[in-house]
Amino acid sequence: MTKSILLSVLFHIFMIFLTILTFPFMTKKPIDLPPILSVELIQISDLTNIPFAPKAREIIEKAKEEERLVSEQAPPSSKKKEKPDKIPLPNDEKKKKEIVKKKQNPEEIEPEIKQTSDFEKKELFDPNQIAALIDKAKEETAETTKKQKTLTQSSIKSSIISGLTLSEEDALKAQIFGCWSIPLGLPYNKNLLVRIKLKLKPDGTILKSEILDHARMNSPGQGFYKVLAESALRAIRLCQPLRVPPTGYEKWKEMQLNFDANDMLKG
Amino acid sequence: MIKKFLILTLIFISFSSKFSYALVEIDITRGNLDPLPIAVSPLFVHKNNLKNKEFKEIGAKISEVIEGNFKRSGLFNPLSKESFVQEPEIAHLKPRFEDWKLIKAQALVTGKIELENEKLRVEFRLWDVVAAKEILALAFTTVPNNWRRVAHIISDKVYQRLTGEKGYFDTRIIYVSEAGPKNARIKKLAIMDQDGSNNKYLTLGNELVLTPRFSPTNQLVTYLSYFKNLPRVYLLDIETGIQEVVGDFPGMTFAPRFSPDGKKIIMSFAEGGNSDIYTMNLETRVVEKITDHPSIDTSPSYSPDGKYIAFNSDRSGLQQIYVMRSDGSNVKRVTFGNGLYGTPVWSPRGDLIAFTKVRKGRFYIGVMRTDGSGERLLTENFYQEAPSWSPNGRVLIFYRETKSNAKGEGFSAKLWSIDLTGYNEMQIETLTDASDPSWSSLLTK
Repeated sequence: MTKSILLSVLFHIFMIFLTILTFPFMTKKPIDLPPILSVELIQISDLTNIPFAPKAREIIEKAKEEERLVSEQAPPSSKKKEKPDKIPLPNDEKKKKEIVKKKQNPEEIEPEIKQTSDFEKKELFDPNQIAALIDKAKEETAETTKKQKTLTQSSIKSSIISGLTLSEEDALKAQIFGCWSIPLGLPYNKNLLVRIKLKLKPDGTILKSEILDHARMNSPGQGFYKVLAESALRAIRLCQPLRVPPTGYEKWKEMQLNFDANDMLKG
Repeated sequence: MIKKFLILTLIFISFSSKFSYALVEIDITRGNLDPLPIAVSPLFVHKNNLKNKEFKEIGAKISEVIEGNFKRSGLFNPLSKESFVQEPEIAHLKPRFEDWKLIKAQALVTGKIELENEKLRVEFRLWDVVAAKEILALAFTTVPNNWRRVAHIISDKVYQRLTGEKGYFDTRIIYVSEAGPKNARIKKLAIMDQDGSNNKYLTLGNELVLTPRFSPTNQLVTYLSYFKNLPRVYLLDIETGIQEVVGDFPGMTFAPRFSPDGKKIIMSFAEGGNSDIYTMNLETRVVEKITDHPSIDTSPSYSPDGKYIAFNSDRSGLQQIYVMRSDGSNVKRVTFGNGLYGTPVWSPRGDLIAFTKVRKGRFYIGVMRTDGSGERLLTENFYQEAPSWSPNGRVLIFYRETKSNAKGEGFSAKLWSIDLTGYNEMQIETLTDASDPSWSSLLTK
């Protein structure tokens, strides 16, 4: 009895061992994982805050008006229809007059339109549908403005929660780039980063400015740091009032500017 | 009880964090690399001294010298005096910063001079116009003839305060003044201020002189002179005019330079077509051989800490720059680029080596790190060589020759300077043609 049990156990162990050996993971090589790509997440404004140039607006509106006029008064397809009638026949004068009349009365053009090819038909502009199109356009614009309104609300919400939007940040950067005269005598092989914390008024003027690594200012061998810090402070003062967003004072009333001359001087 | 309190505080913290905003952080990585606009107001003359005509002009002259220094440095843009609104006297007491801001000045230098017991007293202030505050104020007393020197010292102080590194205006340049036709040039040792003023000749021009170099104390000069057609290294005391031969070598010695402590002179000694580098201790007169190689080893230059020597050698077949320990051990070739490399000069900062490079018949002045990496060629020309560093390691002075025509006319040699950026290149005015310049260290330390 015990012998048969022992044999059975041994047999089972042997079977289990065999199955383990034939498992796919025992033979397959580990899967090659693709290299990890680091992705920087940046915040992009939901709305681009590019001011709409008044001149551009005028031009666009004018163009729109012209388009409308052309389509209403002289549909391009109707002109083409005149071509077959070009042979001057004595009875033509009356017809021509009629055509002119027909041009002004879109309803009467219909029979001529029927003569056009299928392709042209597609291109043809149906004057009867102008009103409908305008209405549709109205609906569409209404929808987009609605959408925009909702977007602005959401963007404001998001920008309140997080920092400045990309376009707001860019505007501020561009302003300070122009004001900062980097001292050209700075050593190339040193840490040329100055961090300044600002407290701002709602109009962008500076209430308080504080150099974060103030201890470095007077430490030996760091004479260049004082010069760099002073140049950064000069830049902020020259630039004020800073180009801050008109809304969301709470989120930017305190701000940290990291002036880094490393890239500029080391090239 | 404590548990409840902890839970409550945790809840409070978790809620309160929802209402706080993350600090807006903006990286400013670009700026304006234009020279800093600076206004140098004429120094006003004390009312008691207005009758003294000569003295009256010194105030304006000092400000002109300061402006000249700033302009040549390439780091500052001195604004035109015609745009100044405030009188020098009032500006020195309390400037109206709004007026200076209007003309875009970011810094302002004002000053006052007066004559006290036949001594000139110069007082100056440096103002940060944007921050509306004084950032430096100093006064000097000296003899009236020394006003130019005072102007250079003020320039150095302002430069240091605004750039964070020492200036180089209160310095002198020793060079070889050249005159006459190319095949019969008269060469004299000459010395002048770094701006070209106060030029003086140290030798008469009877013997040919070459490669003068200042000692660290600026009192001694070592140079090469041909006496009885034998080129030898000499030592000259500028104040006493005493001249002596360095070492008792049986052959030609050349390319001398002082060690950073001023106690040794390092030079080349040529014998039988081979030249090696030697040092001579000026106190003990002991001569030591540093290199021992059948090739031509020359142009040695110490690192500022005195631990290393850069030199050029043709031991690889082409003239290249090598660096070794000051005892001659551990010789390493550092240049591997196309062309020939020569006249290595270690920067006073210790981070760079300046050199002359010859490639395809053109001459370049360049800089590289001490291991030979990061080579940057700053300027290129038909013929130029012998760079010498300003004491702050920012500017190089060298000489440049122009090509003569078939008749041998049109040849000239002039001193030029260029800063490390490679942009601010300019000629230094000298009375005659000039070559082999050497920049002194700061006279006031």
